[in-house]
Amino acid sequence: MTAYTLRAKRRKAAFRTAAFLSPWLIGFTVFFAYPLISTVYFSFMHYDGFRPPTFSGAKNWIYVFRDYPYFWPAMRNTLWLVVVMVSLRVVFGLGVGLLITKIKTGTGVFRTLFYLPYLAPPVAATMAFAFLLNPGTGPVNSILEKTGIPAPAWFNDPTWSKPALTLLALWGIGDLMVIFMAALLDVPQEQYEAAELDGASAWQRFRYVTLPNISPIVMFAVVTGVIQTMQYYAQPLIAGKVASGVIQGAGTNFEPGYPENSTWTLPQLVYNLGFQRFDYGSACVVALVLFALSMVFTAFLMRRRGGLIQAGD
Amino acid sequence: MTQVLDKPVQLSAPDSTAERTARRRAFLEWIAVHSLGVAAALFFTLPFVFVFLTSLMSDSQALSRDLIPHTWEWGNYQKVFDTPGFLTWWRNTLFYAGLGTVLTVVSSLPVAYALAKFRFRGRNPAMMLVISMMMLPPQVIIIPMYLFWAKQLDLSGTLWPLIIPMAFGDAFSIFLLRQFLLTIPNEYLDAAKVDGCGELRALLRVVVPMAKPGIAAVALFQFFYAWNDYFGPQIYASENAGAWTLSYGLESFKGMHHTDWNLTMAATVLVMAPVILVFFFAQKAFVEGVTLTGVKG
Repeated sequence: MTAYTLRAKRRKAAFRTAAFLSPWLIGFTVFFAYPLISTVYFSFMHYDGFRPPTFSGAKNWIYVFRDYPYFWPAMRNTLWLVVVMVSLRVVFGLGVGLLITKIKTGTGVFRTLFYLPYLAPPVAATMAFAFLLNPGTGPVNSILEKTGIPAPAWFNDPTWSKPALTLLALWGIGDLMVIFMAALLDVPQEQYEAAELDGASAWQRFRYVTLPNISPIVMFAVVTGVIQTMQYYAQPLIAGKVASGVIQGAGTNFEPGYPENSTWTLPQLVYNLGFQRFDYGSACVVALVLFALSMVFTAFLMRRRGGLIQAGD
Repeated sequence: MTQVLDKPVQLSAPDSTAERTARRRAFLEWIAVHSLGVAAALFFTLPFVFVFLTSLMSDSQALSRDLIPHTWEWGNYQKVFDTPGFLTWWRNTLFYAGLGTVLTVVSSLPVAYALAKFRFRGRNPAMMLVISMMMLPPQVIIIPMYLFWAKQLDLSGTLWPLIIPMAFGDAFSIFLLRQFLLTIPNEYLDAAKVDGCGELRALLRVVVPMAKPGIAAVALFQFFYAWNDYFGPQIYASENAGAWTLSYGLESFKGMHHTDWNLTMAATVLVMAPVILVFFFAQKAFVEGVTLTGVKG
């Protein structure tokens, strides 16, 4: 083959690749790279959407970190959710995954029932839980009080609002259950048999055979759980709105975080600063904090050896 | 144990004590596992049951602590449909989710194909960028995006700012499709190319028929993403009630019917029902999709 045809062939291949990638190349530039750079730009500007943006230096940054009253509550809530909600989700998801692999009768029915809540649209599921956990008329507290257990006020009590959200998250565990189930069924059966011959107890078999085999999936569940927490938006907002009873319809200037700033999350701050206070610059500061946190965990997800998500093959 | 297996199984023979305890243990384990299963099933299903029961209560009973309706008010569902806007929200949701899904699949498939099957420089970095995009909270870039759509293109009050980007590939769909396409052996593609197929024809004639389950999973996930999306419609459609979607409208529905938990729960059932109905027809695609996102690299 002559050098000329080889080069022509290569050029053709490059053109073909670019053509196939073109939707994403455009999408990446217009809907990712450009807005990301703009976010950095706006974080140093004062902009209310009406008057043209003016340079304001580090003012927005100082405002968000020092004077914006909801930033640190939101950070604290995020930390709480990462530690408690994510770890409980992983433990519970693994438990339900284990349970479903042990169930021998009616497996299909059980699996479907366990999976269904995951499909419930988040807004609808949150509305349902706001009703179920309603201190006045909700069925959960009716049952609790009948059995003599002191019933908490759930979404109306700052100490119980996040546990209530956690309960909602545990209800929608279906995706994790499926992932854990697949991983558990992949554990080589011989290893269990060998362990049993060595006289390992059920706990030892779990500790020394199951856990090492599924640890990449546990890791995956933890890291994606943390990333999901960074995006946690609709559930705490809706729960707070419904529980507070102040909603007059969408678009009302409701300050989220009800009760007592206990359900603020970082994405809500972006909405509050940008679309309720028209302080686009400060909203971009929070957006960048959110970006940095998300990317730290995404990098972790990709960098771990063995590849939780492998970029190449 | 091998000795036992060599002999024919004697069902009538009296059990040795060891066998009896083993069998009893197996039975007890069966009981324990299935009781736990029932308990878990109650936890997962009772919320649906209570919501459904409440949706059939009268106005006054819904405010009481009763669990079961005295009279079954099926008319509550009629009242929900009669609420101004409710049918519009349905139409908008179907439009957003339907068109969005078609655009996403059509634009993501060639990208996923290239990332899975072409060898080119920058393929791994490209894949990493796709994953980063997938993990990016939408709020990170919402300010410039909103200013772009609302101030420059004057499209706020519509769902177009949410639909149009779907024509340019969706990171999660690209990722999921690529994972699926990796499982298709290259031999099929080589054979097609020997027969004189170009890449596009190979994609349409060979890959698409083989990748149907993967495409179905992506379509379902995208459809439900749009169906469930709250943040997008809140940003772009909130100012115009004519453009609201079900997820967004449902919340304001509670505002319109301030104390009517029965109607609110009826509306909640109506928003949940289609998703669950579709699931029963497409279980495999769902489960396959969830597994693909998690496990196999």
